[in-house]
Amino acid sequence: MNRITRARRRTALVRFWRDLRGHRTAVAGMTILGVFVLVALLAPILADPIGLDVTKSTAAGHMGPSWSYPLGTDENGRSILTLLIYGTRISLLVGVTATLIAIALGTVVGIAAGFYGGWVRSMLMGVTDWFLVIPFLPLAIVLATVLERSLFNIILVIGITSWPGTARLICAQTLSVRARPYMERARALGASDWHQMTRHVLPNVMPLVLANLVLTVSIAILSETTLSFLGLGDPTRPSWGYILENAFGAGAMSNGEWWYVMPPGICVVLVVLAFTMVGRALEATLNPRLKEGAA
Amino acid sequence: MAVLKGTSGYVVRKVTWSLGTVLFVLVFNFFLFRMLPGDPISLYTKGRNMPAEQLVKLRAQLNRPLPEQFLTYLRNPFASTINSTRFNRPVWDMIGERVWPTILLVGTAVLIASVLGVWLGIRAGWRRGSAFDSVTTGITNTLYAAPEFWVGMMLIIAVPFLPSGGMSNPGEGGVLDVAKHMILPVISLSVVYLAEYTSIMRASLVDELRQDYLTLARAKGLREDLVRRRHAVPNALLPTMTLIFLNFGFVIGGAITVEAVYSWPGLGLLSYDALRGPDVPLLQAVFLLFSIGVIVFTLIADLLYAVIDPRVSAA
Repeated sequence: MNRITRARRRTALVRFWRDLRGHRTAVAGMTILGVFVLVALLAPILADPIGLDVTKSTAAGHMGPSWSYPLGTDENGRSILTLLIYGTRISLLVGVTATLIAIALGTVVGIAAGFYGGWVRSMLMGVTDWFLVIPFLPLAIVLATVLERSLFNIILVIGITSWPGTARLICAQTLSVRARPYMERARALGASDWHQMTRHVLPNVMPLVLANLVLTVSIAILSETTLSFLGLGDPTRPSWGYILENAFGAGAMSNGEWWYVMPPGICVVLVVLAFTMVGRALEATLNPRLKEGAA
Repeated sequence: MAVLKGTSGYVVRKVTWSLGTVLFVLVFNFFLFRMLPGDPISLYTKGRNMPAEQLVKLRAQLNRPLPEQFLTYLRNPFASTINSTRFNRPVWDMIGERVWPTILLVGTAVLIASVLGVWLGIRAGWRRGSAFDSVTTGITNTLYAAPEFWVGMMLIIAVPFLPSGGMSNPGEGGVLDVAKHMILPVISLSVVYLAEYTSIMRASLVDELRQDYLTLARAKGLREDLVRRRHAVPNALLPTMTLIFLNFGFVIGGAITVEAVYSWPGLGLLSYDALRGPDVPLLQAVFLLFSIGVIVFTLIADLLYAVIDPRVSAA
């Protein structure tokens, strides 16, 4: 990469960052996410992991909030705050990894379908449409029932059920990129398909991929919460959905234990909202067509 | 291949695609559960006791060649011989009993949410950037981020005096009793759909605002109120209406978790029970039903769109 390209990229990046910072919602979203990422990283410092072990708990079950247990205890006497802190790790990890799988799949399928066109496109988009029309939750439930309950499998299930939206979007974008004159030039100079796809198409669809990625994370986190609530998550690793499942199973609602039910839900709402806000702002910054429409 | 043109061609294409999709669901549904490792009998029964004669029958069924089993399934996926392994009853009988409570619950919630959502979306979109718009958008985004079952759990804690389990009290079951049991689950469901419908309606109205025909209507001297009601809203309603139909899959997801929280005796609770088992035949049947439901609703949305917007089928 020569100096001019590098300088040009640097200016573009600076301008992008300035545009993004102009969106108040993006700044708010990034701040919220920053706090949650810190909690996830610092979990072992914030709370002793031994607090997750049911057999090592010393407190009584179903306790209300107190100084030593700010959010009370669950039915096994574990501190709910400890569960919540470690839950942040699992929920974020599942959300982000599942999204990476979905985006990778969606991008590859979308570019291949848009670039080759013809029967390749009909076939790939046929599969995509099928996945789009099959109801997400029942499909995820069926897949999760077939597989063992583990962290890896829940990531896999969410990943392979969330890619079709991205594939459609990327396919449409690839079609428009392929029709541009510089692609014809590349072909005339003898560029291989691989070169055209990775050097010309991919950089052009990348901004769209990025915005879509951030928006998909919020959906993936909601999916993880729902699947874990239904008991399809990894039973050995607490996530926010797992805490809600336990609260439901332990009758927290009829006992009026709001300190058990409320915190995990609020965490989900905050993180999902933050990802949505950042994603919308990214979309508005990267897609000039949306800029004038943004209020 | 002859390319069909015009409306009839459009209808034929859409119907064929839907039928193909249903066939694909059947194939998927059949083979997925047969790819499982281990003894299928133990998967079906999960260590529960089963009458010996039924076990023999099940074993005989599973010992037949796979293509033959598949053909039997394909010939009648709704056969009354498909038995639930947990409840020992034909799965389609159980599903038949559970359909109406779900239609009642989900129908009410969707109706309330779509009417209210469309109204809120129009008000927010028409005065884009106003205080009303910012507040509505903020609230709908927050509600959209909330898992519906969590909203349901919080409502049970917040409103302890309303019934929170089942469809009626034992021994009662009048209209009033059912209505009382419906309040909380309907609120939990409609809150989430409301967010969805409001934002769809707002976005499609904002899209219309830039169109020239609105300027023309104003230039004719129409009052602002009439410009909105006669011109902008009817056009903005088109995408919203079809999206409400397309959202059926999303609605099912909500029904499963909310029915589980409120023990509402519908299809959602049945799926929850089936996956808890897991009760494989019941799960397969529920999945098939939900998928067909979504495919049918997608088809309705496509056809409806062609009827109200003739440009679609002409393309």
